[in-house]
Amino acid sequence: MARALVAMSGGVDSSVAAALMIDAGHDVVGVTMKLWAGPSDSGCCSVADVEDARRVAQQLGIDHWVFNFSDRFDADVVAPYVAAHAAGRTPNPCVECNRHLKFDRLLQRAEQLDFDVVVTGHHARTGLDPATGRWQLRRGIDAAKDQSYVVAVLDQSRLAKVRFPVGEITKAEVRAIATERGLRTAAKPDSQDVCFISATGGRRAFLEPRIDLHAGRVVDATGAAVGSVDAVELVTVGQRRGLSSGGGPARYAIDVDPATATVIVGSMADLLTDRVALLSVTWVDGPVTGAVLAQTSAHGRPIVATVDDELVVTFAEPQRRVAPGQAVVLYRGDAVLGGGIAR
Amino acid sequence: MPAYLDNAATTPMRPEAVEAMLPFLTERFGNPSGSHATARDAKKAIEEAREVVAAGLGARPHEVVFTGSGTEADNLAVLGAHTAAGGRVVCSAVEHHAVLHATQAVGGVTAPVGGDGVVDLDRLAALLGPDVTVVSVMLANNEVGTIQPLASVAALVREQSPRALLHTDAVQAFPWVDVAELAAGADLVAISGHKFGGPKGVGALVVREGATVRPVIHGGGQERDLRSGTHNVAGIAALAAAVQATVDGRAADVARVGALRDRLADGLLAAVPDTVETGDRSRKIAGNCHVSFGGVESEALLVLLDGAGIAASAGSACTSGAMEASHVLVAMGVPADRALGSLRLSLGPTTTAADVDLALAAVPAAVARLRGS
Repeated sequence: MARALVAMSGGVDSSVAAALMIDAGHDVVGVTMKLWAGPSDSGCCSVADVEDARRVAQQLGIDHWVFNFSDRFDADVVAPYVAAHAAGRTPNPCVECNRHLKFDRLLQRAEQLDFDVVVTGHHARTGLDPATGRWQLRRGIDAAKDQSYVVAVLDQSRLAKVRFPVGEITKAEVRAIATERGLRTAAKPDSQDVCFISATGGRRAFLEPRIDLHAGRVVDATGAAVGSVDAVELVTVGQRRGLSSGGGPARYAIDVDPATATVIVGSMADLLTDRVALLSVTWVDGPVTGAVLAQTSAHGRPIVATVDDELVVTFAEPQRRVAPGQAVVLYRGDAVLGGGIAR
Repeated sequence: MPAYLDNAATTPMRPEAVEAMLPFLTERFGNPSGSHATARDAKKAIEEAREVVAAGLGARPHEVVFTGSGTEADNLAVLGAHTAAGGRVVCSAVEHHAVLHATQAVGGVTAPVGGDGVVDLDRLAALLGPDVTVVSVMLANNEVGTIQPLASVAALVREQSPRALLHTDAVQAFPWVDVAELAAGADLVAISGHKFGGPKGVGALVVREGATVRPVIHGGGQERDLRSGTHNVAGIAALAAAVQATVDGRAADVARVGALRDRLADGLLAAVPDTVETGDRSRKIAGNCHVSFGGVESEALLVLLDGAGIAASAGSACTSGAMEASHVLVAMGVPADRALGSLRLSLGPTTTAADVDLALAAVPAAVARLRGS
């Protein structure tokens, strides 16, 4: 039996994660992290979600606490998100939240309070390889719901203290368990997008009060002006929308340079590249080189590639350029080897 | 035995209050606004209660308005007076959110306090003027327990803002100090039943004769048109019983609980290195012990204390239940790293020596554990 601290967001996955840990005989306490202190409509941290989490904990007969980590969330997730956009990058704040909040701040607090493991409702699997005695991180059983991409920030020391019980079952089974136990969250829709970005205002409404957005020129590879955008900072590499003039061939953002307020566009052929260089790589079990499968977006398909010791990933076939700031996760089969950020 | 040391959040009901409310939950169920015998019976209970509460607060019966909570009483005071007179609202920076947010809702401003939590009279004076219509300064603070010099505030307000009504939130003060005397200079005085052994969901506001406030809740015109809504008869009867019991027992409670509080605070200061007591104890209500521990996070401390059977608090919890940075400590100039490690142990008339003993054993142990020593 372990003392398990379950991070309960108020969603169905983490509700069932708590239930499964209880069923497995562990000593379980639920906790909801208050992360985003500002307004939100999709919010992971809204009062209604905290109350759902608290109610599920009551239904399961376990204690429930709320930890306010909003300062840390501001410093380690929101501020870098804003700064990355100002620099023309396209950050993934969910990955950074996992890196800095769920699997760092919460893990520290859990250790301080004598918990053995932190549990979340992610669809991914962890396991100790009996042959090597090393921890593995693998895709969740339910391929359509797999979230190994966003938790690829775990190394051996953290994997030893993290559990993902719902990664072992399908989403349909998750909902069935929640329904069978009468949990309040059984039919709650899956959360979408970034918790602090409102669906109505989008990134623009969030960034506008925080950084200066600059109108910019859209130029082709020769430097010839072919259009304009009203906010360079909101353009993502690979983006097509808003960059093509009527009738002509589709144009994609190839590069974004806020310093000169310029977006360089090109054809699909120009967008393709055979490589992406990585930063901030966390290896599951030490550095890997050679053949890998690379996943470059949350729901992207794995791409046959190789990685070298300079952290450059080379694709077997040219691929759409990965926007700087996006997470790139390397797999072998369904096992995560490591995850990093596109340079 | 667990130790309940969160009496500033709420108190267990006094037996007198429980007994007083029961008939109105059963046979005496009338609506006091009617005219028949059943209604008149309930109306009689309301008026008896009004006399008791008036006496306890140094008011006349017709000056007492029953409300649905202390928060509602504070809102009726601030918003009701502002609606009546317009102008500017000023409150202290350490007010409970019931006053602070109501003040902010009508564009009001806050008057700074010193490091001891006492409102700075010079800086308050600088904010006053003939266009100020509402001034709100609490009698005792809910987090750190500081008692405000309300007579001095009243004199200042009369001089600088002669049109203004002075409101005082006496919710935390009532169990411990003679509100009738200390709030004599206020036009509006709010209390809340559950902070002194009454039930939740009932409060009262004194609106002194000559003070004009407009209702916040509109409807059937109960409570002299100031607070519509059918009376919570059982709650009002119990509130009055708790007022009476509190007034009768106050001197003895202050002496006994004050000594327990001193033993607790002195014990923590002696047993835990890098501990600071917040504010000036000589200016606090007897039930408040507020300290901060360096290098400790209250959130984690409260979890360990909960596990040790101690109900305590830190800062104020927001609606989600998360701990938030205390605006009171910020206003007092408490450094952020100290505020992060704050702990409020609030004692009440039911607090025992054993409760203090448990806290004196558990708190130093929990702090040591969190410090990894």
